[in-house]
Amino acid sequence: MGITSKPVVFAVLSAVVILIGTTVTVFVPLFMPSTQPVSAYIQPYTAVELEGRDIYMREGCNNCHTQTVRPLRTEVLRYGEYSKAEEFAYDRPFLWGSRRTGPDLNRIGGKYPDSWHYKHMQSPQGMFEKSNMPPYGWLAKNRLDTTHSYKKTSILDYGYSENDVRQQITQYHATVTDGAYPSKESRDQVTPPELRQELTEMDAMIAYLQKLGRDVKNLEAKK
Amino acid sequence: MSEAGYNYRIVRGFAFSALFWLVIGLVVGLWIAVEMFNPALNFTPWLSFGRLRVVHTNGLGLGFGLAGIFATAYYILQRLTRTPIPFPRLAQAHLYLFNTAIALAALSLFAGMNTTKEYAELEWPLDIGVVIFWVMFAINVFGTLIKRQEKQMYISLWYIIAMTVTIAVLYIVNNLEIPVTLFKSYSIYAGANDANVEWWYGHNIVGFIFTVPVLAMFYYFLPKATGLPIFSHRLSIVSFWALIFAYLWTGAHHLMLTPLPEWIQTVAIAFSIFLIAPSWGSVVNGYYTLQGNWDQMRSNYLVKFFIVGITFYGLQTLQGPLQGLRTLNAFFHYTDWVVGHVHMGTMGWVTMVISASFYYMIPRISNTELYSIKLANTHFWLILVGQLIWTITMWIGGIQQGAMWKATNPDGSLMYNFLDSVTSLYPYYRIRFAAGVVYFIGILVFAWNLIMTVRQQPQQSEA
Repeated sequence: MGITSKPVVFAVLSAVVILIGTTVTVFVPLFMPSTQPVSAYIQPYTAVELEGRDIYMREGCNNCHTQTVRPLRTEVLRYGEYSKAEEFAYDRPFLWGSRRTGPDLNRIGGKYPDSWHYKHMQSPQGMFEKSNMPPYGWLAKNRLDTTHSYKKTSILDYGYSENDVRQQITQYHATVTDGAYPSKESRDQVTPPELRQELTEMDAMIAYLQKLGRDVKNLEAKK
Repeated sequence: MSEAGYNYRIVRGFAFSALFWLVIGLVVGLWIAVEMFNPALNFTPWLSFGRLRVVHTNGLGLGFGLAGIFATAYYILQRLTRTPIPFPRLAQAHLYLFNTAIALAALSLFAGMNTTKEYAELEWPLDIGVVIFWVMFAINVFGTLIKRQEKQMYISLWYIIAMTVTIAVLYIVNNLEIPVTLFKSYSIYAGANDANVEWWYGHNIVGFIFTVPVLAMFYYFLPKATGLPIFSHRLSIVSFWALIFAYLWTGAHHLMLTPLPEWIQTVAIAFSIFLIAPSWGSVVNGYYTLQGNWDQMRSNYLVKFFIVGITFYGLQTLQGPLQGLRTLNAFFHYTDWVVGHVHMGTMGWVTMVISASFYYMIPRISNTELYSIKLANTHFWLILVGQLIWTITMWIGGIQQGAMWKATNPDGSLMYNFLDSVTSLYPYYRIRFAAGVVYFIGILVFAWNLIMTVRQQPQQSEA
């Protein structure tokens, strides 16, 4: 056999062989708009939601929570409308996950009020005695770092101006620090006094969770 | 240095790096195994499950797995070509850079610098480090092959070549990202495309780290350890090309019933089923190599590692394609069944074959005998029993959880809430932890046996 005495030819041939399947199933779909459609009813994340998403990634939440509802009867019953490709046009990276130690989160937005999330993140066991979720109360003790928010949204091509980003942050800050904020009591319980007038990592995380599936739910509501 | 001028220092360096990362990775594994039923162990942010799980997978996959591959590849390359590696200093630098990169990887993952793409969680500066040490390795691989003294390249060398080329392609394509800061980046792909690229990578990184180079070890060390030639050269040629061709089409079976276009999923199912053939080609080749010499299972302590290892490989490559079928996937996906599946491959096949390869290799490069065959046998039984209890427990737990998710009342409503399906698994998680301890003790015996082997006085003449 000639080829087993020619290492360079062997390597080149191996590369060609592995690139056939790669090209057909990965490279070609990258250039097909139907793989990742973009739809007007799906909004990109606001700067605060994006910061929350980055914290979700930092804490590895994707190791226990998926973000894809499959088109199966019991799954739709449990979580809601199954996931559509266009919902993920702004997800870089995707966060579909591979194991459900906890429930799927793709339809978590709007399911519970913010106050539920503040209490649950602070102490999952306080709410569900036997839950195995780690507590994340310490997120409320960290001031949200928005230094790179504009840079992040521009890398992701969300089309926000620097002013838009500043406004989104100011607006969400105003919402959660407002005396009339419906979840004020729970927020104050988990947030140390010196941070109650600031945006915390917990605030951003909850903003992100509330965004998951929101656009789809709004669309369903209009039908 | 041996009489032929082979560089064994690098082999030893990587072998003991592998042992080090193996022990670290398993300690983290045991810790998160307890967190699964006792969340009180999430003491601090950096000890929380979400961060530790990636330390476990990267520590064992990249730390233990790659170091074991490098150790055996440097050995096999030199022996099969009868040529010392041409750039020993580069190899030494490869060893240092590798261990530095893995240590920094562990620290950065503890700190939450995590791109979240499975088995590619490292942030971009470390990705560059990985690519650099891979190129350093590749230079020695091809340098040795080009200068080789032996005309024909044996089967193991094909697998090493395929791995060297493919890992480079996989790693670079999947890790293309735009940096925000030194510690943060975003993938260049969005949504379904990112998922498709990631699982093309995720499936094949398993294929080309946990299958291809482990087959290189199997094809080299099994004949060496038994003194028996491989059963069929022709079968190994067909298996090799069919395996590396088909593997790359199958990543999307990890994305069954997700928003990824259906045709990609269906193509992946078809090729996954096809993949049974070349996988079993190697299994059959291994079994038939022992034809007429099965007494070696009893008389030769190394043989049972290889044969039981290839058996788990055979089971793994049947179970995998079946899990990819839509109907079965709808039931098993996202449950602990898959966790059991992965661990049969890693704790069974990969660790068994790397263990036996080290047992064969380390005494020879140290001019000595293995410290204790009795301990090696103890190690074998502990990791076999530990792994079996571990994986079977997870399969049962997975079936239970899958069934609870699907169960409905006569009126069509769901029978169980999600939390019920989690808490009902805690007894299994306790058993899994106990099995992990048994396995871990087996690994400690393994490490101890090798450390004592190299600490013995070298013998005057090589056996």
